[in-house]
Amino acid sequence: MQEIIIWLNDQLLRMQWLSDLVTLLVRDGFGLDTAGRIGGSVHFFIYDVIKIFILLSVLIFSISYVQSYFPPERTRRILGERQGLWANTVAALLGTITPFCSCSSIPLFIGFTSAGLPLAVTFSFLISSPLVDLASVILLASIFNWSIALAYVVIGLVLAVLGGTLIGRLRLEDQVEDFVYQSPVSDHDNDGAISRRERLAYAMGQVTEIAGRVWLYVLIGVGIGAAIHNWIPEGFISALLGQDKWWSVLVATIAGVPMYADIFGTLPIAEALVQRGVGLGTALTFMMAVTALSLPSMIMLKRVVKLPLLAVFIGIVTVGIILIGYIFNATAHLFV
Amino acid sequence: MNIKILGSGCKKCVALAENATAAAQAEGVDAEIEKVTDIIAIAGYGIMSTPGLVINEKVVSSGRVLTVADIGTLLKEAAA
Repeated sequence: MQEIIIWLNDQLLRMQWLSDLVTLLVRDGFGLDTAGRIGGSVHFFIYDVIKIFILLSVLIFSISYVQSYFPPERTRRILGERQGLWANTVAALLGTITPFCSCSSIPLFIGFTSAGLPLAVTFSFLISSPLVDLASVILLASIFNWSIALAYVVIGLVLAVLGGTLIGRLRLEDQVEDFVYQSPVSDHDNDGAISRRERLAYAMGQVTEIAGRVWLYVLIGVGIGAAIHNWIPEGFISALLGQDKWWSVLVATIAGVPMYADIFGTLPIAEALVQRGVGLGTALTFMMAVTALSLPSMIMLKRVVKLPLLAVFIGIVTVGIILIGYIFNATAHLFV
Repeated sequence: MNIKILGSGCKKCVALAENATAAAQAEGVDAEIEKVTDIIAIAGYGIMSTPGLVINEKVVSSGRVLTVADIGTLLKEAAA
């Protein structure tokens, strides 16, 4: 039984069959040695691109189908009925399944705030949304393993709950632009009117839309991953990000925060870093920094909140991500 | 009649605008169709997912691309 599960995991999630096929192609088709530098890069690139696109399509499809049951209006209603830490926790959990892109953060922020949801709950949601989604969990399991994937989710949720709660405690309600509170609340909810065919069409549409939006990031991410994997000297990586360097997590954060990429583009970079001996915490910090904080979403948020609140948000998330990196690095032996 | 399509220019918004135009024609409604693309103006209607459809300043749908027939029904309701 155990063997069957391991086999399923290797073939379905890690796609060992694909790796073997690509090895055949690179070795016999291109005449390159996959253990060599060029052959290894070509193998990493082809295998990772195909694997990520297969997983991405299947995952987005199934997740979008679930998401169609949780439009933001419904999420807001569910959150409005809860209080305290429990509301933050539910917000963080719903953040993992609500459709999200940086372009939707403003309407969500205005919609939640004008309906009277506390800032604490709204920010728990805003932190968890880009950071933890179901697709990234399964991808993490595919690239690393299940215990790392689960640890990532739990830590991401804790960061969202604590970060949101802290922002709530600081009483920064006056740091939200006034017009936000005056925005009307539209409560029409056509959730019940959606047929299964519409949900399937919606899920299909999400796959093409998201694949269309992220394919370039995936190619760039895998390209960088392949470069890290085989071309950048080991000494350079370990000097900057090595496990014994106390600054590795800080470097990963500073490099990651301004970067803007989808989690699908970031994973191959993290994968290659870990394969080159970078600490797991450092790699996860980099991923979280890229996905949770990005320049475009900051610029968007600046239109609805005043600078002090934005600074507090960025500060709390950054410190949280750095702490997570150090904790993971210190405990990585438990997960591998 | 005034119809507004709320959306920052995504494919779905374009599709919704086309369906709305077709529906107005099919129903023989004299409609002025406007596109609202500024994200804050969109949020000003209280919707959280795009595309949104507004008929005579009333939000009738958000987050979905309604069919021509669906919009036709909504137009009739608004005219009544």
